[in-house]
Amino acid sequence: MVTKKEIKLSFFIGLWFMVLTFPIMVIKVNTITNTVIFRWPNLLWVGIVCFFASLIWNYLLRMKEEKKKADTKDDIPIVHRLLQNEKFKIPFLAALAIFFLLYPFVFSMYHTSILISALIYVMLGLGLNIVVGLAGLLDLGYVAFYAVGAYTYALLNLHFGISFWVVLPISAVFGAIAGTLLGYPVLRLRGDYLAIVTLGFGEIIRIVLENWDDFSNGPRGIGNIPAPSFFGHQFGQHDSVIYIYFIVIGLVLMTIFFVNRLENSRIGRAWIALRDDEIACQAMGIDKFKTKLTAFTLGATWAALGGVVFAAKTSFINPMSFTIWESITILCVVVIGGMGSAIGVIAGALVLILLPEYLRAVAEYRMLVFGALQVIVMVFKPEGLIRSVRKIYKFKKVKE
Amino acid sequence: MEPILNVKNLTMNFGGLKALDTVNIAVEKGQIAALIGPNGAGKTTFFNCITGIYEVSEGRMEITPPGKSTQELKGLKTNVVTERGLARTFQNIRLFEGMTVLENVMIGRHCRLKSGIFSAMLRPSSQKDEEKKAVNDSYKILEKIGLEQYVNEMAVNLPYGAQRRLEIARALATDPFLLLLDEPAAGMNPQETKELDDLIIWLRDNENLSILLIEHDMKLVMSLSDNIHVVDYGKKIAEGTPEEVKSNPDVIKAYLGDESEDA
Amino acid sequence: MRLFKIILGVAVVGILGFLGIKEIIADPVYFLELFLGGLTRGSIYALIALGYTMVYGIIQLINFAHGEIYMIGAMTALIVASVLGLWGWNSAVIVILAFVFAIVYSCAYGFTVEKIAYMPLRTAPRLSALISAIGMSLFLQNYVMLAQTSEYMPFESLIPDFKFWEPFSHIITSVEMTIIVTTVIVMILLGILIKFTKIGKAMRAAAQDKIMASLVGINVNRVISTTFVVGSATAAIGGVLIACHVGQINFYIGFLAGLKAFIAAVLGGIGSIPGAVLGSLVLGISESMFTGYFWSEYEDVFAFSILVIILIFRPSGILGRDETSKV
Ligand SMILES: Nc1ncnc2c1ncn2[C@@H]1O[C@H](COP(=O)(O)OP(=O)(O)OP(=O)(O)O)[C@@H](O)[C@H]1O
Ligand SMILES: [Mg+2]
Repeated sequence: MVTKKEIKLSFFIGLWFMVLTFPIMVIKVNTITNTVIFRWPNLLWVGIVCFFASLIWNYLLRMKEEKKKADTKDDIPIVHRLLQNEKFKIPFLAALAIFFLLYPFVFSMYHTSILISALIYVMLGLGLNIVVGLAGLLDLGYVAFYAVGAYTYALLNLHFGISFWVVLPISAVFGAIAGTLLGYPVLRLRGDYLAIVTLGFGEIIRIVLENWDDFSNGPRGIGNIPAPSFFGHQFGQHDSVIYIYFIVIGLVLMTIFFVNRLENSRIGRAWIALRDDEIACQAMGIDKFKTKLTAFTLGATWAALGGVVFAAKTSFINPMSFTIWESITILCVVVIGGMGSAIGVIAGALVLILLPEYLRAVAEYRMLVFGALQVIVMVFKPEGLIRSVRKIYKFKKVKE
Repeated sequence: MEPILNVKNLTMNFGGLKALDTVNIAVEKGQIAALIGPNGAGKTTFFNCITGIYEVSEGRMEITPPGKSTQELKGLKTNVVTERGLARTFQNIRLFEGMTVLENVMIGRHCRLKSGIFSAMLRPSSQKDEEKKAVNDSYKILEKIGLEQYVNEMAVNLPYGAQRRLEIARALATDPFLLLLDEPAAGMNPQETKELDDLIIWLRDNENLSILLIEHDMKLVMSLSDNIHVVDYGKKIAEGTPEEVKSNPDVIKAYLGDESEDA
Repeated sequence: MRLFKIILGVAVVGILGFLGIKEIIADPVYFLELFLGGLTRGSIYALIALGYTMVYGIIQLINFAHGEIYMIGAMTALIVASVLGLWGWNSAVIVILAFVFAIVYSCAYGFTVEKIAYMPLRTAPRLSALISAIGMSLFLQNYVMLAQTSEYMPFESLIPDFKFWEPFSHIITSVEMTIIVTTVIVMILLGILIKFTKIGKAMRAAAQDKIMASLVGINVNRVISTTFVVGSATAAIGGVLIACHVGQINFYIGFLAGLKAFIAAVLGGIGSIPGAVLGSLVLGISESMFTGYFWSEYEDVFAFSILVIILIFRPSGILGRDETSKV
């Protein structure tokens, strides 16, 4: 399985990394107290870890090559197979429904609150999945639209006392407008420039929010954002969390419902075609620009909706919630979960957001792991954790 | 009658390279025309020019769809050219890998359908009907081309010959009046080539199509074509029936010249 | 549309020119300071932008991790200088060793990053490689942050205040002068490398057409590695110089500097080496003017606006050529 040559190679790779990481991993300088600490054990660890990582890496690369040659019938992910099985589908969905229904009553407010955050990421992930996963547009400024939604709610409420339920559609419209305004000039550009321009746009929005005091209250942010009301009734703090929980569940269901429909529609197919091959897509009569713009705008709309819920949930927002890291986290959810795959994105959001919340010890390493995972997923499994599966159409044989 | 495709003095420059130099090509209705020439002659470039993928340097490109007036193609975007009724395949197969065979064909239907984003989300009955019709139409096209056993396969998993045919099916789905085929037989075995030959004739006779094809397989070209255009180094050097072209000294020189260089 | 662009361009240049001349007359020394500050800044951008532009020229990838390579260069220099400083080494030796280590390590990182994150994706869709690049950038930032610190670390300037430069140092400091001079030298060396050496010729060939290049016997993988290494070396020099100039660094400096340098590369015409230098200088100087005369808190907004404007009105940049990609 592992050849002698590979072991030798891995040994040298281990050595290489020991040398490579030496200054940063081993030496720690404190320029204030002017002391230097040498952390020699790190050197050993790097060597050992890299040796084994290299073995695994080479093994996986070889597997990937073999798989490519072996023309395998692609195996459908287990989740999809289960969902296609009618006997299993209904009990499974029922169990899932009961779990989510009872969750806030069984678990404490703290746990509910964490799940709400994760569910907001599910929404954002599914929205970004339209842009990145389906249409293949790398949007690194997704958080800008999230900010648009959050600030729409905070400001409209602060100045005009407009309630959550009224703001929700308004913010969706604002998100769509913002998406169109940015998309219009930018989507004509070559694909990879889009990443940089959206990244820049995200930063611009943040910087403006930080500096334009009169408008956004600057870095101090906006507090006392009211939780949603229920036909005019305002819940107490505890009930309010449960209420928001169900609102988010509702929104997530709505998102799944719509995204699922979009994926297998004329527009959805056009997005995928565009992602796969722009030239062929245009030659099939699809307007590249218009199709990209719909995806981009729709993604922005969903981000704005997520922003409103976020503002309502935390009751306080400031520009620090809308940094580039937020965009990158959402991107990780999509990429690692599985680009273009709704189920993958949902799983990705739950795993990537919940795990670091509960494993506090590793929370520090979250971004490090995210970064590594992005590379690993792209190299070995570009379709992500749970691959997307296309719809199967059934036909009666007409001709015989 | 007007030719359905009439290209006059088409010139295409890439920096210093003249990939096409004042080329004139006309295709009559109901014709199977062929565009041949040695490697790098500019054949694919010709397709890319008329389908709006390259911005042409000079010349006119007119189409006269059956029953409609003459239109200029120059300056139109690729997708608009397709809407006007020109559909093409690619020399290096360009299928949509993330989709099934049926969906690949449905992409071809795209420009003949209407439903937008809201109807996709809300699914009113008009959208459902349209979708159902698109699925059935696409399936019928697959039956015509003989690919129905693959409907739900992913396009990448098809055998090579079937992928080439799928490209044709996808192009047909756009409802063209002129089909542009770029080396449809490349990489096919003799059996597949024979089937392709039959298919192309069948398409002309039953689908009311005119066809312009680029091909290196001379046997196929000679047996199929009503009219052959020969280009070499971006210049058109001959035109005529298979017999005329076969005996044209310039054509022989262009091809034999190649061979003598090889030797 | 074309006429509109021209009119707009002339109008903008006219207004800026008018305002500029007015300001220059009002306070010429301030203007000179801003100009030289911009030149310094532009030089640093140029050192980083080269890496972007060369890599893009050869594999059409925005190497998001390039900013991190630059940061690692600065970080290595800081660590080496601190250790040797504590050991009481001669300061001239420290300067040389800090530079050498920074360059060697940045090159090694650049090389390794390419092998891990980009080489396996040579034939993959561009989106995959781009995401991999973002992942790599994220990883390197957090790696340095976790292994060292998230705080800013003061960076003792390795470059002393030269005695002979005193008469001018109120306009441009020795450090700034060193930066500009070093950049010029690096550019000349790079020019020689690319124009006259064998590997430089191979790089140009591979940038034109990788398949053809490999057919005529060029080892394309080696050429790509070399490109990463050369780009990393110049970035490392930029990293050390900027650290001397600003006086502090942290794990995050690569992000913004990388972005700005990328903007500069696009401004000059991505893939073009003279373009990257020109774009960097234009960006550096105009940024300096903008912050000096208008709002300093919107400095980054200004840079991004430039990017958007350039991409809309002249996506091929100042020196780039329009090319029809082959179908
Ligand atoms: N986008 C482009 N940029 C620069 N040169 C190009 C471009 N597209 C084509 N060419 C050049 O134009 C010439 C004609 O190319 P074309 O692809 O049209 O040849 P062809 O006749 O289709 O050949 P083949 O039979 O090999 O397919 C070639 O020299 C090619 O290198
Ligand atoms: Mg060709």
